[in-house]
Amino acid sequence: MNARSNLSICHDCDLLQREPAEPSGAVVKCVRCGAVLYRCNPGNRERTLALTLAAAVLFLIANAFPIVGIETQGQHNASTLLGAVLTLWRDHDGLVALLVLVTTVLAPATEIAMMIAVLAARRPSIRLLRWLPAIRPWAMIEVFVLGLLVSIQKLSHLAILIPGVALWSFIGLMLLLAAKSATFNARDVWQSVSLSEPRRT
Amino acid sequence: MSETAALAASSARSLGLAACPACGRIEPLSREDAPCGRCGNPLHSRKPESVSRTWALLTAACVLFIPANLLPIMETGSLFGSQQDTIISGVIYLWTSGSWPLAALVFFASIVVPLAKLAILGFLLVSVHYRMRRWRGIRTRLYRFVEFVGRWSMLDIFVVTVLAALVRLQSLATIKAGPGALAFGAVVVLTMLASMAFDPRLIWDGPEERNG
Ligand SMILES: [Zn+2]
Ligand SMILES: [Zn+2]
Repeated sequence: MNARSNLSICHDCDLLQREPAEPSGAVVKCVRCGAVLYRCNPGNRERTLALTLAAAVLFLIANAFPIVGIETQGQHNASTLLGAVLTLWRDHDGLVALLVLVTTVLAPATEIAMMIAVLAARRPSIRLLRWLPAIRPWAMIEVFVLGLLVSIQKLSHLAILIPGVALWSFIGLMLLLAAKSATFNARDVWQSVSLSEPRRT
Repeated sequence: MSETAALAASSARSLGLAACPACGRIEPLSREDAPCGRCGNPLHSRKPESVSRTWALLTAACVLFIPANLLPIMETGSLFGSQQDTIISGVIYLWTSGSWPLAALVFFASIVVPLAKLAILGFLLVSVHYRMRRWRGIRTRLYRFVEFVGRWSMLDIFVVTVLAALVRLQSLATIKAGPGALAFGAVVVLTMLASMAFDPRLIWDGPEERNG
């Protein structure tokens, strides 16, 4: 077992390689194809948890309040994210509405909830850890924020726009999620799991 | 940045080993689908049916790419008549209205990225089929580019969603998503699934390059 513990297999090219004893930087890369094998920044669980909890709060605010208001010739309109999804649904674009709902609400909410459960538990659930990487590609808050900025630019010629609380919350949420990903070290958590877990075979 | 030391340039599969795709633990692979001893995830030396699944998803994405670009993704109705916008006309509108950095961004996310995804995944599948030995490093990097950049083509779907929600000014103007939005969203999802189905380790299988 110990002989294998300092070996890595590249997930992109399948090369078996010995891990450096004293890594000279934060990122260890595959010697053949350059894939990032793992990061050696000692994961700080409390900090990651704090960032994720803050992200959860901002996520709730971002979904509870209107993102932008629009005002032109005496007419006013404002919408929350869920309101926008509902509008698509009522216009008979159910599948598009579902896609937006999954990528901006359901997947990010699931990811945040799972991260909190993993980080707060003394012995993180193996099932949650396993499913985390599968959810992540579908959570697209940062793309949505860019979409918001493009929409605002498109409308700014035609009407007066009033940025809402949720707009700033989404921008903050995007930054917090990026910071959370940077400080989270899945490899450390997995290693702590295998130390505390009785071997199954 | 730090690099590892290769062990006799051998693939894990040729040594009968496999790394768990979920937790990274290295185990001897007695049979395909054997559960990982740490997390229970099924182990494979290569993603099962990778090539045929990727082909299927990529073909579907290519077919839907045509209506995604030809059909309007946005329909604007106002007192002065109605207007339909495709992805390309949306980019042109941004360009002519003077916000060219934004036009370039949307052009990249909505046109360059989907095209590049289809072309690169197609090229990777063909190169794996013919057991091409050259440019293995470059092809792996292309794969990682596709994986990294894929999500950004959702941009246009989000723009349409926000515009449709805000521009609901009864007498003045109303914006709705057009049929192209569904096709475009399907292309984004299908190409993401295709890049997840593709196994980049196939690029490195087969004989080593001689003058490598
Ligand atoms: Zn590699
Ligand atoms: Zn595992």
